[in-house]
Amino acid sequence: MSEAVAHDIHDDHGHGPEKGLMRWVYTTNHKDIGTLYLLFSLAMFIFGGAMAMIIRAELFQPGMQLVDPHFFNQMTTMHALIMVFGAVMPAFVGLANWLIPMMIGAPDMALPRMNNWSFWILPFAFALMSATLFMEGGAPAAGWTMYAPLVLQTGDAFPFLIFAIHLLGISSVMGAINIIATIMNMRAPGMTLMKMPLFVWTWFITAYLLIAVMPVFAGAVTMLLTDKFFGTAFFSAAGGGDPVLYQHIFWFFGHPEVYIMILPAFGIISAIIPTFARKPLFGYSSMVYATASIAFLSFVVWAHHMFTVGMPLAGELFFMYATMMIAVPTGVKIFNWVSTMWKGAMTFETPMLFALAFVVLFTIGGFSGLMLAITPVDFQYHDTYFVVAHFHYVLVTGAVYSIIAAAYYWMPKWTGHMYNETAGKIHFWWSTISVNVLFFPQHFLGLAGMPRRIPDYSVQFADWNMVSSIGGFAFGLAQIYFCWIVYKTIKGGEKATDQVWEGATGLEFENLPSPVPYHSFTTAPQIR
Amino acid sequence: MGKMAHAHSDDSYYVPHGTKWPIIGSIGLTTAAAGFSNYLNGHNAGFTVMFGGLLIITYMMYRWFGQVIQESEDGYYNDQVDVSFRMGMGWFIFSEVMFFAAFFGALFYARALSLPWLLGEGDGVLTNIYLWPLFDEGWPSNGPADLGGDFQTIPAWGLPAINTLVLLASGVTVTFAHWALKKDNRKGLIAWLTATIILGYFFVYLQATEYLHAYNDLNLTMESGIYGSTFFMLTGFHGFHVTMGATMLLVILVRAIKGHFTSQKHFAFEGVAWYWHFVDVVWLGLFIFVYWI
Repeated sequence: MSEAVAHDIHDDHGHGPEKGLMRWVYTTNHKDIGTLYLLFSLAMFIFGGAMAMIIRAELFQPGMQLVDPHFFNQMTTMHALIMVFGAVMPAFVGLANWLIPMMIGAPDMALPRMNNWSFWILPFAFALMSATLFMEGGAPAAGWTMYAPLVLQTGDAFPFLIFAIHLLGISSVMGAINIIATIMNMRAPGMTLMKMPLFVWTWFITAYLLIAVMPVFAGAVTMLLTDKFFGTAFFSAAGGGDPVLYQHIFWFFGHPEVYIMILPAFGIISAIIPTFARKPLFGYSSMVYATASIAFLSFVVWAHHMFTVGMPLAGELFFMYATMMIAVPTGVKIFNWVSTMWKGAMTFETPMLFALAFVVLFTIGGFSGLMLAITPVDFQYHDTYFVVAHFHYVLVTGAVYSIIAAAYYWMPKWTGHMYNETAGKIHFWWSTISVNVLFFPQHFLGLAGMPRRIPDYSVQFADWNMVSSIGGFAFGLAQIYFCWIVYKTIKGGEKATDQVWEGATGLEFENLPSPVPYHSFTTAPQIR
Repeated sequence: MGKMAHAHSDDSYYVPHGTKWPIIGSIGLTTAAAGFSNYLNGHNAGFTVMFGGLLIITYMMYRWFGQVIQESEDGYYNDQVDVSFRMGMGWFIFSEVMFFAAFFGALFYARALSLPWLLGEGDGVLTNIYLWPLFDEGWPSNGPADLGGDFQTIPAWGLPAINTLVLLASGVTVTFAHWALKKDNRKGLIAWLTATIILGYFFVYLQATEYLHAYNDLNLTMESGIYGSTFFMLTGFHGFHVTMGATMLLVILVRAIKGHFTSQKHFAFEGVAWYWHFVDVVWLGLFIFVYWI
């Protein structure tokens, strides 16, 4: 550890962080930018979570209680947009910023100024998007998928929504380019590709997905814009176009997008489980190949989101089998994590608890995904709460759990302070019990036929909706508690050791002190 | 902020210390987006606001690139930084390819799937019989509702073919400019670069006359159903990219005149040349699939 650190100081002596607020606005430091991303993501998580609370409050009982249906639809739409583009994706980019340069022994990201811009577009994009809540006609209410022609009925919010998405796309593409350039060009000598930590690998592959599909999404929403304001007929059958064309283009983006939100999570889990099982990761290279396979398959399964739209039978069959094939590389990953733990000397600190919950609960989400992949049964499940339950298992107990696990796992490294372990465990059990109370009953609701995106429902759905809402409020409260834990850890707490965890490996734990200095690896470390 | 007084040694990767251009860029983008949105929602003042935002973006780009060029001239960028720039430009161009792919996808989908379905092919039999019984025209089509009224298309072997020659010729001249640069032949570089830029803007001029012809004489507009949609969005975005590329070449020309490039180190030239070849290749796709077949 010590040699590398001693060298780090020489060149940038006197270039610590700037003073005052402008440090955060002007910064080109990957750690500062990572912090900005993570804090922004946490704020958006609470903001989008508040909308989820409104949704669950309205659904607490049948009948209309709190909000009118149009506002309810605004909440479901904005909740999804904010959670996908404001909470989960920025959290992963924040983790990439903090960790990738340290994990590969680089002095910073490859393109530091552009890195600043990738972040600083986000608050502006969400200001544009959130401002629509106060506009004539309200916020977008046609669902986050923005299907034409319904979305074309949006009021004044419409162009703001489209341009906010363009800005988010610019931010994501710049971030992805930066990550690719960093990983390909900034690795310390000796850090060969197959020595990279899996978090680096999964982000490397995710970055390619981002570059490939965010521009397609930009194209899709541009067509929506011109259809509404400039008289084009992309999604109008009267003009020879097709509303289904929108769905094809959207899901060509949308399906890789859901892997963008889970591949980095696989990387995080692959870092945490070996540490607390005190064994190296089982099947490292198969993990790399599995990630690449999932990424490749993600481009040829998009139409499983639209089985009921009226596709030719050959299309339905192709997309069904292609989708089910994804279970193979994903299964490889699950079995590798389990094998890593086999006969390991396991301890159960908070990050490990979240990682284990990830493995179990993400697998449940994966299984319901397999059910949805079967075309004939999807005709029953389509647009029901079963789908809602499925993607909340993979995104909340999947993506979000991995982000929380990562926060507990690396926060001591970032801040130099241990979080309060008791508080962490309380947060874990509180979250994990409530999240299952929240989402598991939604499987039953969906199988019984309750459609998604509705503010009122038939009385036979009342019991499980009430249970789900109670779970929702408890889960929401648990995340406020999480914010408090994060705050206390930043402010103080027991001093973290340099290695932080007994079984932790990797450059960030073995070659850098806790907290890490403002500039790390100005001189490249030696990779064994 | 700005240039640091101390020298950076050759072997260390240059990491700038702070920058104000991104936040100014974000303010510009947001101003332009909010202004344009308001304009689209019927508030004419929004147009002026949008223009203000675009001015901010232009100023930001001028200063940001200016700073990078200055740092490059001052020798801050070692070979490793150069590689980062190359990767950045390469993957940026790939993202642009994917943007065009969305519109080409729409074109292929309309021609190969949605139009035949409307005409009654495959599962579309009942659609045709019950919804559009009189619809029987194939590509080029403005759809069963005859949106925008009857129109004529632009024949491939007129102006578009000339445009193809113009753009292909510009691809050759930019390569001659590169060869001249590699031989440190500054005069040749400047001459061939100037030729490329003239060809580029000439292409844009020809596209503009084609658009005028389409609107004034052929009744071919953005509102001519799916044909007009795909035609104008594809050629329009391409023309915009040619304009940007030619402007980038203009910056390179100014830098060449100032004596910025050496036969060894001239990534900016190469990056813009890649971009130029990219708009060239997109045009070939357009010529074949939009104009020709």
